[in-house]
Amino acid sequence: MMKIDWRDILRHGLLVVAFCFAIAAVINSIWPHKSYVQHLGYSMCIGLLIWLVIEFGRYPLRRPQDPGGWPRGWRGGALTVAGIVVGYYAGSALGDWLIGGGSGAISSADAQHDQRVSLAITVLAGALGSYWFYSRGHSSALAARVSAAERDASEARLKLLETQLEPHMLFNTLANLRVLIATDPPRAIAMLDRLNNYLRATLSGSRALTHPLSAEFERLGDYLALMAVRMGERLRFRLDLPPELAGQLVPPLILQPLVENSIRHGLEPKVEGGEIVVRAQRSDDGALMRIEVSDTGIGIHDAPSAAADASSSFGLGHVRERLATVYGAPGRLDIGPLPGGGTRAIVQIPLNRP
Amino acid sequence: MKATALIAEDEPLLAQALHAELRAAWPALEVLAVVADGRSAVREALEQLPQVLFLDIRMPGLDGLGAAMEIADRWPAGEAPLPQLVFVTAYDEYAVQAFDAQAIDYVRKPVQPERLRRTVGRVQQALAAAEQQQQQQQQQAASRAPAELLEQTLGEWRRLIGAANAAGAAGAADAPGAAGAGGPLLKFITASDAGGSTVHMVPVQDVLYFEAADKYVRVLTAQREFLIRTPLKQLLPQLDPDTFWQVHRAVVVRSDAIEQVQRDEAGKLWLQLRGRPQEKIVVSRLYAHLFRAM
Repeated sequence: MMKIDWRDILRHGLLVVAFCFAIAAVINSIWPHKSYVQHLGYSMCIGLLIWLVIEFGRYPLRRPQDPGGWPRGWRGGALTVAGIVVGYYAGSALGDWLIGGGSGAISSADAQHDQRVSLAITVLAGALGSYWFYSRGHSSALAARVSAAERDASEARLKLLETQLEPHMLFNTLANLRVLIATDPPRAIAMLDRLNNYLRATLSGSRALTHPLSAEFERLGDYLALMAVRMGERLRFRLDLPPELAGQLVPPLILQPLVENSIRHGLEPKVEGGEIVVRAQRSDDGALMRIEVSDTGIGIHDAPSAAADASSSFGLGHVRERLATVYGAPGRLDIGPLPGGGTRAIVQIPLNRP
Repeated sequence: MKATALIAEDEPLLAQALHAELRAAWPALEVLAVVADGRSAVREALEQLPQVLFLDIRMPGLDGLGAAMEIADRWPAGEAPLPQLVFVTAYDEYAVQAFDAQAIDYVRKPVQPERLRRTVGRVQQALAAAEQQQQQQQQQAASRAPAELLEQTLGEWRRLIGAANAAGAAGAADAPGAAGAGGPLLKFITASDAGGSTVHMVPVQDVLYFEAADKYVRVLTAQREFLIRTPLKQLLPQLDPDTFWQVHRAVVVRSDAIEQVQRDEAGKLWLQLRGRPQEKIVVSRLYAHLFRAM
């Protein structure tokens, strides 16, 4: 946490030095009776001290959530004030000692006036510099965070798309469609509509944040109907959604990987096939909703391919990740074998109330 | 030309489509049975003895490759010549690459009439050639006739199964985390014991043979036996092919541990290994050519 980025510090230091040159030029125009080098000496002493106090003072003061490594709120303000006070007095003294010129004013009234002006310049420059560093650090940290989130999101979207638009599934569906066009045109049209819905949901679903559970079940229905055409009597399915849960908002296609898993690792390897049931229900205390995907397939312990299959473990990992991002700890996915053979996955999410 | 065939395809509509397209491309072909899984394919093939087999590669239970190997092993060569084998596969770039690379004919779903006619033409030619050869050989030496023909067809089956296996290995190798064909060879087999609390590091050079058994693969050294869950198919590409030979659908042996090969009265070959003299390992008909006397 106390990591110090020396390259960053060097860059800040050089910026401060450049700033001091500019301030010395301004002071030189106010008190032309001293040389530019003398003004530069003072401005360097004061400016660098202010910077050192703030630069290193921020490490113990900042909290992890402060963006860009600069303390926010009263801590930031206090640090800036401390920096300016220390910088002004210690810096002036240091300057006097190094350059040995005193204030160089003629009368004490003039000296007091000069001191007030130089204090004002120090406060103004110090505040300006601090604000500039703070806002720059803040915005670059935000930009980095935004681009990291965008990269994560688009990577996940791409991977999700790859798993969902598995070429094998798509081309096999088309092969079936080709047969139906010749033999059973009305069924072919129905299948094409399902495919259309499925593709639209897959392509746009990864962008929307939530949709109603009823829409989620409709998409599952499309997918299962497509698979049922392919697998014939080997796939039976039932979707059970109580009307009072239909409007609950869920992340799109959150259940899709579970149903795919049931088919790929449960029913497809089983000669006689089986049944998939997707059921949503309210928990007993009414705070949670449970969605259960169960199948009568060969069961996860009997499918050696399930653990080794990278795309399916990616799919499940992705479901867990999405649940955690959207719902935090109450969003859960549990998978286990069913006593009679087969597998059951349970997604648990908090109910949202209108 | 008249012939008989068996179709094994797990998707009912696609099976129906292949059947319909075959009727158009080869009206004289009689389809004896259409089955939906590998086990049924083996059973029906051995019962009905068709002349052509159309096997889908991806099927539940036993897949097309496994079915082909079992049929090759159990085929009654004395009663009928080993059938012409045609694999059927859905779009799968690995299979397509592997088959095309070896100029292997296959049926790709969805079935295209043009392509199917080419396949049918080739199968008809092969059947006619086999028949002619059989007649010629019968005139010369009656007893040797089926043996040579069988050897030839087995060679063709080996080529097909090898290509389909390569396709499967390439597909598995592409999955992240899996080492596959062309990847580094395994040095150790990591096998956990029954409780799962200890993992044994078994040096591959100590392994005498691997045997697939149900959900597991048995790993046998001279002294001990371990169980692992990695399928044989996934293990094979990570083993040195000069050292480890597949001799059966379910068995891979260390070649330099083979002490002798015996033929029983049924004509089956059995291996005896140094280090495990009490066990006999059966050699599949497909791999018997490895042990022909010089």
